[in-house]
Amino acid sequence: MDLSFGPEYEDFRQQVRSFLEARGDEAPASQRDYRSAKALAWQQTLIAHGYTARTIPKAYGGHGAEPDILKSRIISDEFSRARVSGGFGGQGIAMLVPTLLELGTEAQKSEIIPPTLSGELIWCQGYSEPEAGSDLASLRTSAVLDGDEWVINGNKIWTSTAQIADWMFCLVRTEPDAPKHEGISFLLLRMDTPGIDVRPLLDMTENANFNEVFFTDVRVPAGQIVGKRGQGWQVANAILGHERELLGDPNVALTRLNSLIELMRNETVDGTPVIDMPAYRDRLMRIQGRVMAMRFNDLRLLSARVNQQPAPLARMIVKLQGTELRHELEQLAIDAMGEFGLAYGDNDYLRDNGLWQWNYMYYLGLIIGGGTSQIQKNIISERGLGMPKEPKYSATGGAA
Amino acid sequence: MDFGLSSDQVALQDSVNRFLDEQMNLDAVKAYSAGGDADACWQGLAELGVASLLVPEAQGGVGLSALDAALVAECLGAHAAPGPYIGSAVVAPLALLHAREALRERWLGALMDGTVSAGLAFSELAGARADAGVNASNGKLSGRAMFVLDPLAALQVVATREKHLYLVESAAAGLESRVLTTIDRTRACGELRFSETPAELLSDDPQHTAALLDHARVMLVADTVGAAQHMLDAAVAYAKDRKQFNRVIGSFQSVKHLCAEMAAELEPCRAMLWYAAYALGELPAEASLTACHTKAHVAEVGTFVARTATEVHGGVGFTDLLGLHYWFKRIGFNRQALGAPELVREQAARLQTL
Repeated sequence: MDLSFGPEYEDFRQQVRSFLEARGDEAPASQRDYRSAKALAWQQTLIAHGYTARTIPKAYGGHGAEPDILKSRIISDEFSRARVSGGFGGQGIAMLVPTLLELGTEAQKSEIIPPTLSGELIWCQGYSEPEAGSDLASLRTSAVLDGDEWVINGNKIWTSTAQIADWMFCLVRTEPDAPKHEGISFLLLRMDTPGIDVRPLLDMTENANFNEVFFTDVRVPAGQIVGKRGQGWQVANAILGHERELLGDPNVALTRLNSLIELMRNETVDGTPVIDMPAYRDRLMRIQGRVMAMRFNDLRLLSARVNQQPAPLARMIVKLQGTELRHELEQLAIDAMGEFGLAYGDNDYLRDNGLWQWNYMYYLGLIIGGGTSQIQKNIISERGLGMPKEPKYSATGGAA
Repeated sequence: MDFGLSSDQVALQDSVNRFLDEQMNLDAVKAYSAGGDADACWQGLAELGVASLLVPEAQGGVGLSALDAALVAECLGAHAAPGPYIGSAVVAPLALLHAREALRERWLGALMDGTVSAGLAFSELAGARADAGVNASNGKLSGRAMFVLDPLAALQVVATREKHLYLVESAAAGLESRVLTTIDRTRACGELRFSETPAELLSDDPQHTAALLDHARVMLVADTVGAAQHMLDAAVAYAKDRKQFNRVIGSFQSVKHLCAEMAAELEPCRAMLWYAAYALGELPAEASLTACHTKAHVAEVGTFVARTATEVHGGVGFTDLLGLHYWFKRIGFNRQALGAPELVREQAARLQTL
């Protein structure tokens, strides 16, 4: 047991801190501030200093550093501590770039990765469909090869950023006669291709955080496939686990917990701060204990990565536990505000710009998205505890 | 950077587990719980070095850390093993290491070889029930200590209302000791009544007493982690074997999800335990807060696992045949002892001046 990162890393942490102090005010307010000149310039600065796209080769527009898990962790810790944007997130950079690095052709890598990293190209992910949610592999959007083009028909749902994206990476069925997991391919397509219709999907937060995307005879060059025909499922799964872990990140929960403590000091009932009222106080401490448990679990996972040790169960539970915890934390904030917790939208009594209410609803979406809590429990029991798999049913409804 | 167990620590757990696998099978747990003698088990553990784990090598001990001690406690919980571990192997040796040389000379060796054991009268530090509490005056103790761990042990480490620590011999004048029967028959718990009882001062530093309470709490946490893991493993094994409706019950989602929920709650407790135990020795500024939160959180998870694992077993989980209830009750004991969740959470809030 040795929790210190060592002097080399403490020096590195100091470098990051000095950078943040000197240049932090050049950052845009939000990671979602796509397209602005400020955000694009900040992205360039971060790549040049190796604070984003750190290990991606220079030839593809990255910084070209050797992978170093602890340095990456120090960067993300220090940026979140300073509340400074660590560059563009989004599914292009988080999901597609690592996929292409592993499975893309040389042409795909050199043409697509540089403008994606720079923020010039914004991507959306076309996976889920109305009839293919938890059972994603049953997706039906079809692509048929006609000469040297794929012709796509069908529709996707839960597509965030589709309304602003330049490109989409998506899963389509290209081999209708193959077993469901073996009939899927991974395609790239331009969002301005004729036949694509993007419709915003209004959700319970009163925003359109997601979209529906409809395809009618959309023609895409045959070369825009990643991996081989019928291998799309493996291509997509190469990085899905990573997305799940990010959704349960306990460091986000810690930031929210600190804000919650402030809120509970400020909110009063009959003149008494809520934090001094035993029932609320106990709930706060309960949440704090749970955040602590997940942070130490996260530390264990970091150590397991650095020392190349397995910790499969500790990793598998992060999405389930992390998203449930984040939702309950926001719930306590609403309860601490009482009737003020009902305020939403245009209301003089809104606290923190309505972020608590928005998160309370949005985090329910995180519990469902990226593999529902129920799917996570299937994964944990089957892969983590070795319990029997779900029985397979045939298309006609009987047990196979 | 390495937040995990070393190969030595894994080997330590292996050797304690091997010994307990032989000594403490279910029949032995039942026999001890029915009033049988557990001295042989404790002697055997002492021979493995369990009673001298925390004593530096220069003083004849094994010279290991609080994390190692917690790992042993986890093994004891997993086997529902008896023995005066927390008092004899953790609190008394640590208190004696800081005490007068004469006291240390007199007792440390006997504690380490297991010929003398120590009980722990710390309950009132977490909040006195009824009129319990001990006062010291001119080296003599008066009052009553409740829920003492191992009340019949030859030595007792007693915390007073002023949070000073005293060492009392069980044969001392004016001391009445008695066992109180609890749900957990694998543990000895009781009451000490002092009336002008001669005692030796171990420490008059409340900070030191608080640190020892943190140690004792983390050992109870480790015991719960071991016991809860045992119950989860038993539930998963049973669900893979038991058939109803022509299927193993572990193929039903309702049962699988209960097991997944237990694993999802319990797995982070392991990292939390490691951190809290490591903090006892290495991160003094964080030690009390992590000990409090870990005590409360693992108690909640332990209770959930104890109940759920029993439920997965169905009717047989409720019987003495399978004996699952020994672990259920052990977890229940650890939850209340030295501070129930609500009490330690309030302490956690105060430690942060919230």
